[in-house]
Amino acid sequence: MAYTVFMAYTVELQSVTKRFGGVAVLDGVDLRVERGSVAALLGPNGAGKTTAVKVLSTLLRPDGGRAVVAGHDVVSEPAAVRRSISLTGQYAAVDEMLTGRENLVLMGRLRHLTRASARARADELLDRFELTAAGGRRVATYSGGMARRLDIALSLVVEPRVLFLDEPTTGLDPRSRRDVWGSIAELAAGGVTVLLTTQYLEEADRLADRITVLHCGRVAAEGTAEQLKARIGGETAHLVLPDADALARAVALLAANAVSAREDVEALSVHVPTDGSAAAVRDLLDLLHAQGVEVDRLALHRPTLDEVFLALTEQPAAEQPPAERPQTLEVTR
Amino acid sequence: MTAPELTRTPGVIVDVSALVGRGLRRSVRSVDALITAILLPVLILLAFVYVFGGAIETGTRYLTYVVPGIVLICAAFGSASTGAGVNQDMTTGMIARLRSLPVLGSAVLIGHIVASVARNLLSTTIVVAVSLLLGFRPTASVLDWVALVGLLMLFMAGISALSAAFGLLVTNAEAAGAFSFVVLFLPYVSSAFVPPETMPDFLQGFARNQPMTPLVETVRGLLVGGPVAESAPAALAWAVGFLVVGVAVSGVLFRRRTGR
Repeated sequence: MAYTVFMAYTVELQSVTKRFGGVAVLDGVDLRVERGSVAALLGPNGAGKTTAVKVLSTLLRPDGGRAVVAGHDVVSEPAAVRRSISLTGQYAAVDEMLTGRENLVLMGRLRHLTRASARARADELLDRFELTAAGGRRVATYSGGMARRLDIALSLVVEPRVLFLDEPTTGLDPRSRRDVWGSIAELAAGGVTVLLTTQYLEEADRLADRITVLHCGRVAAEGTAEQLKARIGGETAHLVLPDADALARAVALLAANAVSAREDVEALSVHVPTDGSAAAVRDLLDLLHAQGVEVDRLALHRPTLDEVFLALTEQPAAEQPPAERPQTLEVTR
Repeated sequence: MTAPELTRTPGVIVDVSALVGRGLRRSVRSVDALITAILLPVLILLAFVYVFGGAIETGTRYLTYVVPGIVLICAAFGSASTGAGVNQDMTTGMIARLRSLPVLGSAVLIGHIVASVARNLLSTTIVVAVSLLLGFRPTASVLDWVALVGLLMLFMAGISALSAAFGLLVTNAEAAGAFSFVVLFLPYVSSAFVPPETMPDFLQGFARNQPMTPLVETVRGLLVGGPVAESAPAALAWAVGFLVVGVAVSGVLFRRRTGR
């Protein structure tokens, strides 16, 4: 088979489609993940992230296109794919009635390690994920972050070539989220190819080498975090003016200087997209100051996921799937 | 990292034994479920022997008449809870992970069913022990005991498999519990508590031909003596039938639910 072309990529989707009851959940998705890199699928609920991971982990058969993982086609060689991957799904796949150590040993046995080897590996992983003290306790007593760390540890009982993490930090408190991020970063440093899905731009930004933005089953954008942010204008400066008069003058001044801005009359503020650099902000303030418009307060806002999506999906109308409304009707029927 | 050593035991055996071990651990730890599985039959036994028993004419001591039925209730009720655990695996991420492993899918179901049989052998033994304390005196020979345990294990596996199928059919663990009620109620309209000939005509037909009656009669014959030859083929056929149907339906539903 002519896999040589794809060898640089450990994970590859080529115009993959998947329909559920007439609705295209994946509508011609292309994705490439280089060996040893971390890739993020970013998108809101319903974008098709989980479906993409399920196709790649052999849990769902694609309707069209091709999915190749570690050199094996997911449709024709599912067993070979399963031997190369680990999946940490959206819902923690841990047995709450067993202890953390028992969960790890069970997984080791299911990976066909000898009893002794499964036990030794369990202890190593408990240590690595800082769960040694909790290893003898039932998972039901674990915090969300601990259960999630165990969940990831379970994926590593036999180190996979590709690790799929479906929304690894959804529902975790900020501290647990940081712990999980640390674990993922460590894995990546160790050379495991990771594909993770997330709803959080910040998470993709922190962990991923490349980000694919998924929207309604299609790839809306793809690139490094820097490239994506550049496309949507980095950070927005919110300038708060002392009164309505100052606001009007500021808006007029910016317009006259061809600076795109959006005013928020109620908050007496004007929002200006910037690249987030100090120089850009200084220029902005200088421009206003030179004309006697003094800014009360200033805040820089990182783009939220909503803004990223709005910006990335504001494509020419022709690119929007025209069948969107009838599809929605079909779902509700 | 220590180099992981792969076992030389065939994969299927490792998978099944690992998942049976998991099922047994879960069983031992669901203390409340285990207590219910023992306490409920014991309470029914006490109620029937000391409250209703005096008014029921069966031709023998009522304790002697009712214990075989109680044994079957214990076996059936405990086995019927299998579906809840299966359902839990389907609705949590457990099944997705197991399915993404190079593991035989049905090993999960086998794990649940085998653990259920082991758990119910324990609870049924305890219920028999309680009935001995109350004065029940079985006359079974060693061979009778062996036949009894064999039949009960087959019956437990059958009900467990049916319950697993039901657990795969419904959407949540609470609904999966509904199967227990059917199983718990069925013995009342059988020869478990009263001879069917004392029932009204329209019930007699059902009572004589439903699975619990030949099963109760066979268990009764083996435990305290009596004709076994008449009821045993039907009892065996029902137990095997439950197992075959349960396994077949579970297999289909499991594949459909985890289908790709």
